[in-house]
Amino acid sequence: MTEDTYTEDLYAGSGEASEGRVFTVSGQDWDSIAAGISEEPEERIVVNMGPQHPSTHGVLRLILELEGETVTEARAGIGYLHTGIEKNMEFRSWTQGVTFCTRMDYLAPFFNETTYVLGVERLLGIEDEVPEKAQVMRVLLMELNRISSHLVAIATGGMEIGALTVMTIGFRERELVLDLFELITGLRMNHAFVRPGGVAQDLPPGALDDIRDFIALMKKRLPEYAALCNANPIFKARLVDVGHLDLAGCLALGITGPVLRSTGYPWDLRKTQPYCGYEDYDFDVQTWDTADSYGRFRVRLNEMWESLRIVEQAADRLADLEGAPVMVADKKIAWPSQLAIGSDGMGNSLDHIRHIMGESMEALIHHFKLVTEGFRVPAGQAYVPIEGPRGELGAHVVSDGGTRPYRVHFRDPSFTNLQGTSVMSEGGMVADVIVAIASIDPVMGGVDR
Amino acid sequence: MSDEKPPSGGETQDPSTDVVAADAEVERAVGARTGMFGVKGSGDTSGYGGLVAPIVLPGAAQRPYGGWFDDVADALEDRLSATDLEQAVERVVIHRGELTIHVRREDLPFVAQMMRDDERLRFELCSGVSAVHYPDDAGRELHAVYHLLSMTHNRRVRLEVSCPDSDPHLPSLVSIYPTNDWHERETFDMFGIVFDGHPALTRILMPDDWPGHPQRKDYPLGGIPVEYKGGTVPPPDERRSYN
Repeated sequence: MTEDTYTEDLYAGSGEASEGRVFTVSGQDWDSIAAGISEEPEERIVVNMGPQHPSTHGVLRLILELEGETVTEARAGIGYLHTGIEKNMEFRSWTQGVTFCTRMDYLAPFFNETTYVLGVERLLGIEDEVPEKAQVMRVLLMELNRISSHLVAIATGGMEIGALTVMTIGFRERELVLDLFELITGLRMNHAFVRPGGVAQDLPPGALDDIRDFIALMKKRLPEYAALCNANPIFKARLVDVGHLDLAGCLALGITGPVLRSTGYPWDLRKTQPYCGYEDYDFDVQTWDTADSYGRFRVRLNEMWESLRIVEQAADRLADLEGAPVMVADKKIAWPSQLAIGSDGMGNSLDHIRHIMGESMEALIHHFKLVTEGFRVPAGQAYVPIEGPRGELGAHVVSDGGTRPYRVHFRDPSFTNLQGTSVMSEGGMVADVIVAIASIDPVMGGVDR
Repeated sequence: MSDEKPPSGGETQDPSTDVVAADAEVERAVGARTGMFGVKGSGDTSGYGGLVAPIVLPGAAQRPYGGWFDDVADALEDRLSATDLEQAVERVVIHRGELTIHVRREDLPFVAQMMRDDERLRFELCSGVSAVHYPDDAGRELHAVYHLLSMTHNRRVRLEVSCPDSDPHLPSLVSIYPTNDWHERETFDMFGIVFDGHPALTRILMPDDWPGHPQRKDYPLGGIPVEYKGGTVPPPDERRSYN
């Protein structure tokens, strides 16, 4: 049992296994493994898949127990991307916290920022004072972000089953969204744009035209996904009835988002518990009734259309809100400097610098106090969940009355939904594990935080 | 209401304590804030170094709570009095429109089961466990917080349980809300709270052999000093900071 003929791996020597033989696959040695297995036929194999594997959606480790090609047990190992974001936030000001949490679920940065900021605003008691334009901009950015996130979900899901065209066109359209983000916030990701009290700055000139061009283009491009996939027999053969999870299973495991809606239950926090003024937008909650991977794909596809509708309405509203404030009037909370986008990216506003350095000593003191010390948030706790692309995303924000968060915990939907891996893939084929996980669409940055 | 121990910040002579205590709600201090600019050990001439202010969390609310909060409280009280467990709920806090029910830790599974199954409550979904470490809240240093969602009634409540550092045990809710499997593992990993009855309570985010529980307040953030243009910037948790 402990003979070491097949592995020379320093870290996974065969002696470490309590039973069975260990094969370390690192390429070009398949012959020896095939020969080794055929010597002593053994049906039950435990495969360690990942954390570095192209089909596991990031650094996810899967431990699969196989009988032939059937998965008898599937377990997920996580933590490879844990960066201590929640701990770090306890050592920065409330505003700086946005810079950290935007990096969690890197495909949905605006959602991370918004749920945290909504919690802080509730504790500050300024929920009603956030200007309308800031809320509309948040909705606009979140819905654009939902489109880009769903595009990646569909693209990588397609890539993992070999549909490379779906991947290339998915990333093609995502670039368009990221270009809009870059135009509005200055960055393609890790924006830190949504701040307690509003958003960091106003829309740049011409942004609405670019958004309208994007909407028009997406209306032409989105049908391509439907034409490529919806009735494609190979695509359906891989997705239909794979990764089945019914409503009771979803609720027991706390699974929300497209996976829950693919069971036919129209639960969407934008409708049921509106925030940021979602009650004023006209859109429908998309559901499917098959509770499988194909249904989740169709839900995501349809949700992109709904997001496009919301973006359209938000753009119309922003056209009427030109020049309106994007930050609360309370100067004790509103970040003092208005940044400006120059030819070389986002930078300091020269007008503001002239004001604090040349005109008003009090403005300089105020700027210094707010930037170095920050504002105090009354003691208490808040939880304001929002409907992220993957489900209920919430931040449990706790304050002790200080200038820094006492504790912030993110309930990330990827983390919770990934628990469905076992129940979705056990009893199925090993190839279907990939499809099931792709239909959950976990983002490991959010899972591990 | 069980307030066996006096609030730990009660001994301080800060006049603001009286202002806070004048409120109708019962306040609970979980610590004290001292000084102003984080200066320690040096000759602080600003005069602010002697400031002591208690850290007071929102206090218990009195009936009627208003709105559907009373429906939930009524349903809870009916069920608890039917089983002679009125003491299971220690306090009810309403702050910023959110309802927090503080539950005695030994009664947590019973209350959670009731919250899930009673047709007047019906909190089908648990959004997981979060924990908070209050090192100065003597006897209840570790708090675990459960956010429950009722899709039937479209309501949210928060259950809060506490346990002392010396006996960091809480009953597991995995049998009632299976979603808490990973959440409880994470809370154990980060705070060292042991969830009794969890099927496999192991670390989940940190490596299996990691010493300590990183989210506790006595666990340092870590980091190395950064040199920049001849000066040295200490790691974030060692910098002078406002408090």
